[in-house]
Amino acid sequence: MYSDDFYYTKDHEWVKIKGDKGIVGITDFAQKQLGDVVYVEFPKIGAQLEFHQSLGVIESVKAVSDIYSPISGEVIKINEELNNSPELLNEDPHGKGWIIHLKIKDKEELEKLMSASEYEKFLEGLEE
Amino acid sequence: MKKTRLNSCHKKLGAKLIGFFGWEMPVEFSGIIKEHLAVRQKAGLFDVSHMGEIVISGKQALDFVQYLTPNNAARLTPNKAQYSALTTPRGTFIDDLLVYCLDEDRYLLVVNAANSDKDYEWVISHKEGFNVQVENKCDDYSQLALQGPKAMEILQPLTKINLEEMNIFGVSWGNVAGEDTIVSRTGYTGEDGFEIYTLSQNPDKIWDAILEEGKAFDVLPVGLGARDTLRLEARLMLYGNDIDETTTVLEADLSWLIKFKKGNFLGRDALLKQKEEGIKRKIIGFEILGRGIVRSHYHVFVDGEKVSEVSSGSFSPFLKKSIGLTYLPIEHTEIGTEFEIEIRGNRVKAVVVSTPFYKRNEKA
Repeated sequence: MYSDDFYYTKDHEWVKIKGDKGIVGITDFAQKQLGDVVYVEFPKIGAQLEFHQSLGVIESVKAVSDIYSPISGEVIKINEELNNSPELLNEDPHGKGWIIHLKIKDKEELEKLMSASEYEKFLEGLEE
Repeated sequence: MKKTRLNSCHKKLGAKLIGFFGWEMPVEFSGIIKEHLAVRQKAGLFDVSHMGEIVISGKQALDFVQYLTPNNAARLTPNKAQYSALTTPRGTFIDDLLVYCLDEDRYLLVVNAANSDKDYEWVISHKEGFNVQVENKCDDYSQLALQGPKAMEILQPLTKINLEEMNIFGVSWGNVAGEDTIVSRTGYTGEDGFEIYTLSQNPDKIWDAILEEGKAFDVLPVGLGARDTLRLEARLMLYGNDIDETTTVLEADLSWLIKFKKGNFLGRDALLKQKEEGIKRKIIGFEILGRGIVRSHYHVFVDGEKVSEVSSGSFSPFLKKSIGLTYLPIEHTEIGTEFEIEIRGNRVKAVVVSTPFYKRNEKA
């Protein structure tokens, strides 16, 4: 179920590569763990994010969770639709529920991330 | 971890389970918001078997209950329950609870799961001089709660108890789905509804029958997540958050449950003194004027000074905004008073509002 053109982190973020741009979101596993998302706090456009730096928070009814940047880069766009419809993060976490667009600084960092099959194996390990 | 007798029902329904004060309990089944709104609009079924039950019986059972609690248990008859508390000599809370009169010399205290051992010890430690027996029945009773505007319609076909004739806080004995139960018109959601106590080994028969009967009404099983958001909208206190051994009954704005005239009880002198001198702080309900969700323990500021922490804070699924409870200095508790709460280093504006945040429409 996890798409091949995405890279995944152990904190359950994903990044999809489009040229020198990265689209960042959280995984289906993450949204299920969080439950109903009710608020997303974004970084500022133009912010320079380091690999694994906190880029914002997601609040569900029950909990607050940090989101970490899966890759270094500059924030070039945020998903403003989530301000009015945070439930998109639950309904379509790998699509309409994207969180930010980044201008990627160093594609070699992708090597630190997991492929879809690696992420699926990682999840199996968590369930055991 | 302790499991309720309905544990396998929850697993079958795919509930997300968590540890809750030693119990494995469902936190959500289909999503907190969906479950919350089901209770507000139709009906929801809860397993609250983790709640503790303590039975006090004997010739002086009433005298003993009167001594332990500030409400007037003498007004109870064997078909009534009341909200009350176990109070310390300082007028603070050992716990809040429901007192049921089972018959004239037998009372059932329904207490919080987190406190059941502490409460039992507390009750035992004060029984000297009273001709009573005290039994800890915490692991014996299963408790289900069916809450929401459709609760009565769903439950009635499963029992001969005339539910319509029951008053709020009324109690009846009878079969539900073939099992022996005590049913009360009580709850922790701000909706009409019933709580069902049973000593049966098969409370799942009641659970399954209610879900089956409730299908036509879109009943949903509801977890502890929505139980918390529902009770907060109704401004019902949560022990450990809003009330504890440091907060007095008066500060918790529950003066209505103190009956000074009934005679002596634990905490009476302290509460009377505090009433005469005036309280210095009081619990209030608030809304956030900025963005973000306020959580318990977030710091609260008045005129730039930290005065307290949020006792309960959450997103309100019904009102779709951030609401909460906190204690404020009495001079800042007027409705409309603004103050600040710190969310991740930023102070956002909050305002004191009237409570409950949600009040159901009573039938005319």
